[in-house]
Amino acid sequence: MEKDIREDIAWAKINGDVLKSLETPRPLYWVILLVALAMFGVGLGCEIYQYNIGMGVANLNNPHVWGLYIATFIFWIGMSHSGTLLSAILHLMHADWRKPIYRFAEAMTTFSLMTAGLFVMVHLGRLWQFYYAVPYPNERWTWPNFQSPLLWDAMAIFTYLSSSVIFLYVGMIPDLAIARDNIHSGWRKKLYTLLALGWEGTDRQWRNFRVTYLTVACFLIPLAVSVHSIVASDFAMSQQPGWHVTSFPPYFVAGALYSGCAAIITLFIILRYVFKFEEYMTMPILRKVVRLTFAIAMVWTYLNLIEYASVWYSHDEAAKAVLIQKATGPYAPFWWMMNFCGSVVPLLMMVKRFQTNIPMMFAVSLLLNLGMWLERWMIVSPTFSHGYYPWTWDHFQWPSLVQWGMVFGSFGWFTLLFMVFCKVFPSVSMYEVKEMVYHRSLALKNNELAEKGAH
Amino acid sequence: MSQHHILALFNNFDEAEQAIAELRSSTIKGFNFDDLTMKSPIEHPEVEGVLGQRSANVQWFTLFGALTGGILGFSLIAGAQGNFFSQVKGGKPIIPLPPDFVLTYEMFILGGVYITVLGFLVCAGLPAKRSSLYSAKVSEDQIGLLVKVDQSAVGTIKAIFTKHQALEIQEEAGK
Repeated sequence: MEKDIREDIAWAKINGDVLKSLETPRPLYWVILLVALAMFGVGLGCEIYQYNIGMGVANLNNPHVWGLYIATFIFWIGMSHSGTLLSAILHLMHADWRKPIYRFAEAMTTFSLMTAGLFVMVHLGRLWQFYYAVPYPNERWTWPNFQSPLLWDAMAIFTYLSSSVIFLYVGMIPDLAIARDNIHSGWRKKLYTLLALGWEGTDRQWRNFRVTYLTVACFLIPLAVSVHSIVASDFAMSQQPGWHVTSFPPYFVAGALYSGCAAIITLFIILRYVFKFEEYMTMPILRKVVRLTFAIAMVWTYLNLIEYASVWYSHDEAAKAVLIQKATGPYAPFWWMMNFCGSVVPLLMMVKRFQTNIPMMFAVSLLLNLGMWLERWMIVSPTFSHGYYPWTWDHFQWPSLVQWGMVFGSFGWFTLLFMVFCKVFPSVSMYEVKEMVYHRSLALKNNELAEKGAH
Repeated sequence: MSQHHILALFNNFDEAEQAIAELRSSTIKGFNFDDLTMKSPIEHPEVEGVLGQRSANVQWFTLFGALTGGILGFSLIAGAQGNFFSQVKGGKPIIPLPPDFVLTYEMFILGGVYITVLGFLVCAGLPAKRSSLYSAKVSEDQIGLLVKVDQSAVGTIKAIFTKHQALEIQEEAGK
């Protein structure tokens, strides 16, 4: 059986390899960073233009009031679930193969949420009106509507973002201490010294660390599920055809895990090359992530089919009309593409030799996320263009370049934050990889002893 | 009597574990077993077991934080809704419990997470100034045992550490 990691890697080498990633990545790192910066610049330019001229430039108007902004918001919220899956769910399941890759997945969670938050602001147009979603009374002494899923959304995302940042930071403290001990001067030394909080790895610290990490992980799992269920409630609790579906919350959660896992594959491949992490982000681990993604893809496909079936057989004529319009109307190419990317492309992951074929998996992971982004767009826009009122039916509004620019820019913003994080903080958890190596070498030794005893 | 701090570094957990076991079983005048601290690059519950019952009390902070968060959350929402008792609600309850549960739940988690982390800092004694008997090798691959002893016990303790193949022994006169 292939090993997830070599048991004989020296612990000092683990420190050395990971700390080296903070200093000398491959040149591709800088190319990615520059491209991300340029993409972010495009998005920023579009936002400045929209802010100055008005929402008209986004081609957002009745009935299309949300457009790509809210579709992309859901996409980024979904992306954030991968970190929780890898660090919390798999932590509770004692799946130790997650250890070399969970840190960057957690960082993904944080930065995806930060990207998602931008779209809430952007789609308001008047940015300052964001405070109406904050639970305190406004100047007329009226409170926000606590029964609205939109307010739940604001609270849930705030809770998830702040908890994720805390989880990421707390889990990183022992590694920050390693960085503090091994980097001898400059701003990094000061930063790591400050953030390591004087960690020395005492039994008292480890004991409390273990309980804290486990507890926060236990909180994060129901939190992640609630966040995307609430995002689903933004739709499901309305009366709009195509949205008023009971299965939306689990469907959204499955979609979130799916796109998150696909993004983990993409970033796994990039980080493995850029930071020379071939010894830690190994092919057997990639195979496990691919299999996990495939399983979630099938769950998503099942829930997707359930949604179609329940609309089709429910005799809800308006919802049925939206479904037919998706498959045959102006959105048809995107809807079919979504189904193809989301349900057919992952079948490639069943083939064993493809599971560790890096170019193939890189392309597949990108296609899966294209499918998942299209899914969110296909949830938002077709319903607006085929609502209960006939006047909406001829209002197919193609998103303007400003909208596309901001979607494009969000990928730049996310990549920029993520790549800067990986250069400043250890993107592989050193102490957890050491634990993995230690426990595996111990198990190997015990097996050898048992075999000797048997003879 | 003046106190001394001794830090011994070991190559692996087995040697450190044996040294701890011997320190625990022997009666050395001027040495209290509770003053022994193990420092390691990874968490190791089994070896920590050799140290005996040492509690982690973070869970009490968690309980307090989660309950306080939930209660505060619900009070805020219900209080705000209750302020509008004179509004026409069309027969609906002034304080509707099912939708309020969602925000109560979020605040329950928020309080739980924040106070758990606060509890971690309190219980783990962080932030702290690093002790002068700290070796960066502990964050790499060695296991450190730090003890606080009276002058009279220094020789015996050092002998036990040496017997269990300590790689390096550092000593600091007490404060």
